[in-house]
Amino acid sequence: MEVLKIATAGSVDDGKSTLIGRILYDTKSLTTDKLEAIKKTSKQRGYDYLDFSLATDGLVAEREQGITIDVAHIYFSTKKKSYIIADTPGHVEYTRNMVTGASTSQASIILIDARKGVIEQTNRHFFINNLLRIKDIVVAINKMDLVDYSEEVYNKIKADFEELMSKRDYQDQKITFIPVSALKGDNVVHKSDKMSWYKGQALLEHLEQLNKADIYNVGTPRFPVQYVIRPKTEEFHDFRGYAGKVYGGNLSVGDEVIVLPSKTRSKIKDIYFYNEKYETASRRSSVTITLEDDINVSRGDMIVKENDIPTIDKQFTANVCWMDAEHLTPGTKYVVQHGVNKVLAKVDRINHKIHPDYSGIEKDVTELKVNDIASVTFKLNKPIFYDQFKNHRTNGSFILIDTQSNNTVGAGFIQ
Amino acid sequence: MNKDTSHINSLENEAIYIIREVAAQFERPVLLFSGGKDSITLVRLAVKAFYPAKVPFPLMHIDTGHNFPETIEFRDRLVEELGLELIVRNVQDSIDEGKVKEETGRYASRNQLQTTTLLDAIEEFKFDACIGGARRDEEKARAKERIFSVRDDFGQWDEKNQRPELFDMLNGQIDLGQNVRVFPISNWTELDVWSYIEEENIEIPSIYFAHKRKVFLRDGMIWSADDEVVYRDDHEEVIEELVRFRTVGDMSCTAAVLSDATTITKVVEEIRESTISERGARIDDKRSEAAMEKRKQQGYF
Repeated sequence: MEVLKIATAGSVDDGKSTLIGRILYDTKSLTTDKLEAIKKTSKQRGYDYLDFSLATDGLVAEREQGITIDVAHIYFSTKKKSYIIADTPGHVEYTRNMVTGASTSQASIILIDARKGVIEQTNRHFFINNLLRIKDIVVAINKMDLVDYSEEVYNKIKADFEELMSKRDYQDQKITFIPVSALKGDNVVHKSDKMSWYKGQALLEHLEQLNKADIYNVGTPRFPVQYVIRPKTEEFHDFRGYAGKVYGGNLSVGDEVIVLPSKTRSKIKDIYFYNEKYETASRRSSVTITLEDDINVSRGDMIVKENDIPTIDKQFTANVCWMDAEHLTPGTKYVVQHGVNKVLAKVDRINHKIHPDYSGIEKDVTELKVNDIASVTFKLNKPIFYDQFKNHRTNGSFILIDTQSNNTVGAGFIQ
Repeated sequence: MNKDTSHINSLENEAIYIIREVAAQFERPVLLFSGGKDSITLVRLAVKAFYPAKVPFPLMHIDTGHNFPETIEFRDRLVEELGLELIVRNVQDSIDEGKVKEETGRYASRNQLQTTTLLDAIEEFKFDACIGGARRDEEKARAKERIFSVRDDFGQWDEKNQRPELFDMLNGQIDLGQNVRVFPISNWTELDVWSYIEEENIEIPSIYFAHKRKVFLRDGMIWSADDEVVYRDDHEEVIEELVRFRTVGDMSCTAAVLSDATTITKVVEEIRESTISERGARIDDKRSEAAMEKRKQQGYF
């Protein structure tokens, strides 16, 4: 069955967790024991409705404060599809968790509170979706029950959002507007009879017919070597296999390849998946490759097709989403993890900061604070083999690791 | 090769990638093995990840001493057949050493005591990565956990300050004393695991299939009537029922379900139609709204 990964985004109290809870409830995906627990707790708290956010807000602190802090991954299936929803936090301070959730999603739902309309957080969420190049976006205008299911309110928000859309740089996005009430269940799983002016589909109906936009479809084959397999057993005495995951496109037995960084040429001899041999290794498969020639290949090296090699350079410029409380400053060294490859990098310069509300850029920036997004140029201690993010999702992205704390402090998208 | 066409195969590819990252990024990884279906699945994935070489890390079982005998017998056979190294550490030893105190009364369980034994073993062997079979669909605190989940040198999980985890990039850099809990099958559901076991024809302990068993009823759950391990009041009558287990943990905290599923195919069918969650039969999760989160903060796997 097809699986669709979706990330939600929205500001605090826009009702993301409630929306997901509502979908689970209306598709009968909540098991009896979980539903009982929700009923019990809702009653204890004196609510006259079922608080579906209890299904997803799994941490004590979340329930205590009524907010989502970290991504919850929720799984459910309909007859047509399997779904994984990353319920991501709306709070500005937890933006890093939102990026975490959205990075592996194919589609995204941005929630807007009908009473508040497009606010700064909406801009930020749309911007991040744009930065991550998420193709299918649903703008769910929620809490329609609180604005008397007004078509006028809906149209105003839609128009405001369309203005935002005109500013983005990624034009291939498909954006669908749906007025909903997560609390009451209008247009979530079932079409509402309270908004006869809305001619589109209910949210789930829309998701059911989305074509799985394969986010890893872009680009050409890249095979970063994860692990060298040398059994040294009697049976496989001379076996030297390169384990890794295929990104971008397929690799086949007989393909003329180049191993980076040594630029040694060879040919693919065998492709193993466990104890079976295959003619072709398709995208996203975790295979083991052997080469015709006995050459020295290590973890972090990359096998690519001879006629299609990435950029090999000791510097690059990228849009960086900064995620740490400590500030990023020019001259500081970080570990760049690019796929499975790690190199030491120095911040050469911050070119400019980008305002996620599309109000332009800011030059002469001396540091980046948490949640800032900026164009940054790095110098590396040895070359990496990269593509531009817009051309290659995997080979165009990286994370920054603090050399002291070992924390992941930033995400980058190579320009 | 059309391995990426089905959902289950894409999960398999993802898990193999994660297991290889562990072997590559850490010096002393270990696979936590309970003899349950999830860790059996992990073992299969690990074997696949490094073929034709052997799995480059040992398995470790934290034995509560209250395991189902079928599970232990199965564990030893599996390890023998695959030629893997198995480390066993016993909760009983932690009790004997006075490090933990056995619970008493109606709900006494050794499940929570495992944490101390586990943390001691991690320290003893200097393990820096522990691969576990937890899944995000199991429980709502689990649903929040990263694939590489960093624990401090007290084994604690800081749920409010988890590392961002983007795309396929797993950051395994840690300080000395810290360790990472790794969950390669995070994105699998219970049904996915069963479907995989069916597809791969993986052998599992007989306890997962319907069998006649002496049980008693309490709080709407079916408890195993093993007088040695599970506390039972005199008025709680022992009956014989056709049951199976959906989850295999410590006997004192794992409830059975009524079932006539005697084959994998029937089990898959049963799970597909079930209206009760897997953890609905885990007695230890019912202790409070945040039972799992609290255990995890203390270092539970």
